[in-house]
Amino acid sequence: MKLEDQRTTVYKVDPNHPETADLPTLRTEELLLNMGPQHPATHGVLKVIMELEGERLVKSTPVLGYLHRGVEKLAEGGTYHQFIPHTDRLDYVCAMYNNFAYCRAVEKLMDITVPERAEYLRTLVAEVQRIIGHLFWLGTQALDIGAMTVFFYTFRDREILLDWFDELCGARLTTSWYRIGGVERDFNDSLIDKVKRFLDYFPPKIDEYVIFLEKNRVWLARTRGVAVISAEDALSFGLSGPTLRGSGVDYDLRKYEPYSAYPWCEFSVPVGKNGDTYDRYWIRIEEFRESIKIIKQCLEQMQPGPIMADVPSVTLPPKDRVFTNLESMIQQFKLFSQGFDAPAGEIYCGTEAHKGELGFYIVSTGGGNPYRLKIRSPSFIHMGAFDHMSKGYMIADAVTIFGSYDIVMGECDR
Amino acid sequence: MHPIAEKIQSRFPEGFISSTEWRGDLAISVKREALHDVCAYIRRDPEMDCDYMVHVSSVDWPDEAERFEVVYEVYSIRKRHRIRIKTRVPEDDCRVDSMVDLWMGADFMEREVFDMMGIRFNHHPDLRRILMPDDYTEGYPLRKDFPVQGKGWRDTFDFLNDPN
Repeated sequence: MKLEDQRTTVYKVDPNHPETADLPTLRTEELLLNMGPQHPATHGVLKVIMELEGERLVKSTPVLGYLHRGVEKLAEGGTYHQFIPHTDRLDYVCAMYNNFAYCRAVEKLMDITVPERAEYLRTLVAEVQRIIGHLFWLGTQALDIGAMTVFFYTFRDREILLDWFDELCGARLTTSWYRIGGVERDFNDSLIDKVKRFLDYFPPKIDEYVIFLEKNRVWLARTRGVAVISAEDALSFGLSGPTLRGSGVDYDLRKYEPYSAYPWCEFSVPVGKNGDTYDRYWIRIEEFRESIKIIKQCLEQMQPGPIMADVPSVTLPPKDRVFTNLESMIQQFKLFSQGFDAPAGEIYCGTEAHKGELGFYIVSTGGGNPYRLKIRSPSFIHMGAFDHMSKGYMIADAVTIFGSYDIVMGECDR
Repeated sequence: MHPIAEKIQSRFPEGFISSTEWRGDLAISVKREALHDVCAYIRRDPEMDCDYMVHVSSVDWPDEAERFEVVYEVYSIRKRHRIRIKTRVPEDDCRVDSMVDLWMGADFMEREVFDMMGIRFNHHPDLRRILMPDDYTEGYPLRKDFPVQGKGWRDTFDFLNDPN
């Protein structure tokens, strides 16, 4: 049924009918309810048109695009290096992972091998970002469901890591620390100390969140058996990340197509079996522990070395040389104004961000700009399954469901 | 040639156009008429088994006779291979068959392609704009002839068009 037709079916009570003339009637029509675009629990500007039968959702139609900024169009007008800060604004909660996914895609296009130390640094920071993302998710999801306390605890710990980012690259959220061919700067001793201290500090805190939630009857009642999706349906919808793994599919690009330093680290991929919101929550809690393992191994295995690939025609010169050395300055200037000459061709490169598979499909016809850049954003694709997953649940569960995708509208609308 | 491309070629000799392998990505070009059959084959055949929809995308090549390219990228969780199926459509008849009956996720992804590039999908259950407003009449933003700064009402703003 078309949306316009649906609107006309609402409130069709004939006031002249003898039965409805003076009685307060019990109407049984379906009710159309707009949730959003300004709603505290929609994680941004998202509107969902809900068709309700009593309190049950019959059909829900997400209305997207309130945060559409035409990032894919902007990419066509700039050079490959210039696009890195735009990727920060996709999923603004976890900018590092977007930088990472984009840089990997361009490296695949240019066929660049990143030095080993840079790979370890990248993996370490990506896992820190995964912890931040899951902390943010856990806090807001619990808040949406009604458990406010967890929010303060997770945001307290998230703040430690954001300060650490601040020290690393000068920004808490819009980081732009990854570069094509490597990373912008190396860790100093204070950063390494702080990560080590965090690794000791954090594991007991995970247990703390778990105590808050897993003994909470409200939390259990509102997550167990809510928004169940089968593995086949989840795959068919293209779900990825914890949302897919909750349904029992172990699809994780870190294992399926190992990249960066992941093949050199030992970790496991938690997989749920019921496909409900609780399993997706459980997976994220377990991923905290796996991320800590990966960070520890990166710190142990990391050896001194270069942090940028030595391909002067593509990679940026070190910043200190730009200010002191004429050739480096010319190189920097040329790379930013004209870009590097990419070969003609097309690649797709997917990266396992904390929400799911974040992919970049780049078509190049040579020259310094991408001819077409398509962002495969997990939030957008997860929203496609929203109607399917919310059918038959209560209105209050709608918040739980799109919360359980870990949706960020900046990435969804691009 | 890649064994997957060979299989598709032998099964669809009419519809198959070419296959390329670059940077480890396999891309297969097929004719528009064969697109749905090829996709149904790679979805249902146990040797292909591409059950995971990765993305649907589109590319505009304004100087070429068949202007638009529709790109489907699918992955097989069990066989662990990734296949990109591409097809070309001309501008005056930019329609392809929808894949919603094969992968449910194609619903939103095809709507995005329609919204951004103006390609229509036959048998799509709900082909409406998704990111742009429903009543947007200024065209399809990702086409190459659409200006980056946008068009429509804002063309009448003097300060935008003033060269000084």
